[in-house]
Amino acid sequence: MIKERLRRSVMYAAGNNPGLLQNAGIYGADSVIFDVEDSVAVTEKDSARELVYHALKHLQFPCEIGVRINHISTPWGYDDLEYLLPAKPDYIRLPKGESGDEIRDIDKMITKVEEKCGFEPGSIKIMVSIETPKGLRNAYEIATASPRMIAIAIGGEDFAASLKTEKTKGNSITGGRELFVARSMLVFAAREAGIQAIDSVFSDLRDEETLINEVTMVKELGFDGKSCVNPRQIDIIHRVFTPSSQEIDYAHRVLTVYQEALANKSGVIALDGKMIDMPMVIRAERVLANARAAGIYHKEGN
Amino acid sequence: MINAAGREIPASIEGYKEVVPYAGAFATQPPAGARKAGPKLKAVYPGANKLLNSIDEAIEACGLKDGMTISFHHHFRNGDHVMNMVIAAIARKGIKGLTLAPSSFLDTNDELIPYFQQGVLVAAETSGLRNKLGHFLTTNKIGKPTIIRTHGGRVRAIEAGELKIDVAFIGAPTCDTYGNINGVHGSAACGSLGYAMVDSRMADTVVAITDNLVDHPICPVSIPQYQVDYIVKVDCIGDPKGISTGALRVTTNPRDLHIAKLAAKVIEHAGYFKEGFGMQLGAGAASVATGKYLRDIMLRDKIVANFAIGGIVGPFCDLLDEGLIRTLFDVQSFDARTIQSLRDNPRHQEYDCTFYANPWNKGPMVNKLDYVVLGATEVDVNFNVNVMTDSNGIMMGALGGHPDASAGAKCTIICAPLLRGRLPMVTDAVQTVSTPGETVDVIVTDRGIAVNPKREDLLANLQGKGLPLMTIEQLRDMAYELGGKPAPLKMSDEIVAVVEYRDGTVLDVIRRPLL
Repeated sequence: MIKERLRRSVMYAAGNNPGLLQNAGIYGADSVIFDVEDSVAVTEKDSARELVYHALKHLQFPCEIGVRINHISTPWGYDDLEYLLPAKPDYIRLPKGESGDEIRDIDKMITKVEEKCGFEPGSIKIMVSIETPKGLRNAYEIATASPRMIAIAIGGEDFAASLKTEKTKGNSITGGRELFVARSMLVFAAREAGIQAIDSVFSDLRDEETLINEVTMVKELGFDGKSCVNPRQIDIIHRVFTPSSQEIDYAHRVLTVYQEALANKSGVIALDGKMIDMPMVIRAERVLANARAAGIYHKEGN
Repeated sequence: MINAAGREIPASIEGYKEVVPYAGAFATQPPAGARKAGPKLKAVYPGANKLLNSIDEAIEACGLKDGMTISFHHHFRNGDHVMNMVIAAIARKGIKGLTLAPSSFLDTNDELIPYFQQGVLVAAETSGLRNKLGHFLTTNKIGKPTIIRTHGGRVRAIEAGELKIDVAFIGAPTCDTYGNINGVHGSAACGSLGYAMVDSRMADTVVAITDNLVDHPICPVSIPQYQVDYIVKVDCIGDPKGISTGALRVTTNPRDLHIAKLAAKVIEHAGYFKEGFGMQLGAGAASVATGKYLRDIMLRDKIVANFAIGGIVGPFCDLLDEGLIRTLFDVQSFDARTIQSLRDNPRHQEYDCTFYANPWNKGPMVNKLDYVVLGATEVDVNFNVNVMTDSNGIMMGALGGHPDASAGAKCTIICAPLLRGRLPMVTDAVQTVSTPGETVDVIVTDRGIAVNPKREDLLANLQGKGLPLMTIEQLRDMAYELGGKPAPLKMSDEIVAVVEYRDGTVLDVIRRPLL
């Protein structure tokens, strides 16, 4: 069965802040991104790179750690890769992805470093943020440009700006309409490519209610998770992505009959008189993985 | 000799009473047959006038002489004008050799350093020391070592006759013309006068200093007229901005919130979270924030606390108003929201410090605590807590009610980050023991929770609840691995302060560091 890594929350930590890097792992985020791009001023780029390198090299984290590099078209992008890849981040996050060529370029560099450093081939992954209409048009190509691709994400503020509008907030009816199509198209591309879709950050830390609405909406659209910049948002995001007890119960039964069918080598699988097909099994696995991560489902096996 | 907290204590300390080493949290009892100390008998007959024209007049009227002991309360915190103003007046009169015994010192008392240098003040007895005054008293030899007491220990020492207050100068937010005082009205309103109530009752002479003199009588009365000798009206006794900030906000620091969330879960599962429980949450960021998470759990499980005590902060008053706490006992009000609540809500009660924490009375409120959540500067593998000295051995904190509540509560929870900057906060041995480890049950850090091994019951209750439990040694190792093990401080042999346990025994001594 496909075991997909859970990425409900993807938290950024500014790469030039040692306190943030040191504690980034304690808040329970599924994935953390050390950022040497937007949150780091031009004058700090080199020191952030060194801090992130040493954090990766010498600290242990309980979760997956990615690094957001500067785009490879900037003066820092390739240097970021060259300096940081030997510290073996779990993945590279590329901002403003627009073409498959960029991804293939990065893939080549990663391959070289993996060989040179003796890392397992293919162990360093890639996540790409889509921030422009061009990137969105090429989203499927980007998502399939390398077997290292694990997720595509939408950079909401940048995308809205490139549409010459602004990112709004509000409930699922009145807010976020400017990104509605883009978000859905991103999910289509991710699903077609068989990788994950991650939503952008919600920046008003005090407005928990709108955050809940926004996470609820993107979960409905099919997103696997949401980015955030502050640990205070992690619990809220996880709560929305946590399945209900009915969902868990149903998923558990789906997997139970599926495994029974496998054991009995039976071809047709049914539950409550309904056919169970592969997508339902995969969905059930995702529901239980979410439930397990939320600490409300403890059965092993399934 | 080595005391029961594992500390090397000299057999005698120059300038300090007979040394009785700490023998255990409840090992040292009041001497058999001993009676409470008390103030001199005095009579004020009808027609007498207590109003004086100035602080100078009051100093003369109370017969203040070289070598006496004077006291102040710290309810005005950094807004206090009274202590500095009175000591300046005393110095102008040429009086010397005084012992200064306030309920605590704050940053604003840095102004007192010259009076120690000039010999106006030669000794200090207090709950806490901060900032430049803390640095000065750690690095300079004055007449006697500073005595550091807990809030409960201070009342005990006063009632046992170990701390004899000749004159108490009471900053009075509202005072009537015959000496009745309260803290809930007036521009310098500070809420509870819990510490001042003790000094007013026990000092030989009591001088009320007020900027809000009103007609006799007032309502409510916290300190009654029959305890007050003289009244002086001045322009301003305190700056409201330094006394309280509007409503204390729950921290937004994610690490403190993370620790608070874990502490609330410990409360939920440790075994005493039941209808009618009693609690105290300290005024530190993580302790206050614990209330925010506990509120959600109390609402969900429909559990109401019978009481909460301690210094009180605004978020506790919200819980009182919401019906999640049945009554508050307030010895010190930390923000304007609390002062308002104490004034307006009859279920929010003012109480004095003996009622709160004195170990040698017939039962302080701390004895009834199920839970207390407190902070720490550092803790060690024996669960000893230091809230008194910094990483250079300089005094910069206050015992407050920390050791009192820890001794009383069924479950004492200490919140601290594993590292501050790069300094490990769980160590082999704390620099200064301020609360002994035998009274501490659970250490909650941002990276793990350790339960005192003598509390097997708590450990059993907390297992399997999704909490990051580990041993205290594992926490220490993690802290050392991340931050490195700091080199021990170089200390002189000179004892600059004695840390008394609440029963008056010597818990630890503070030596002058060689900086």
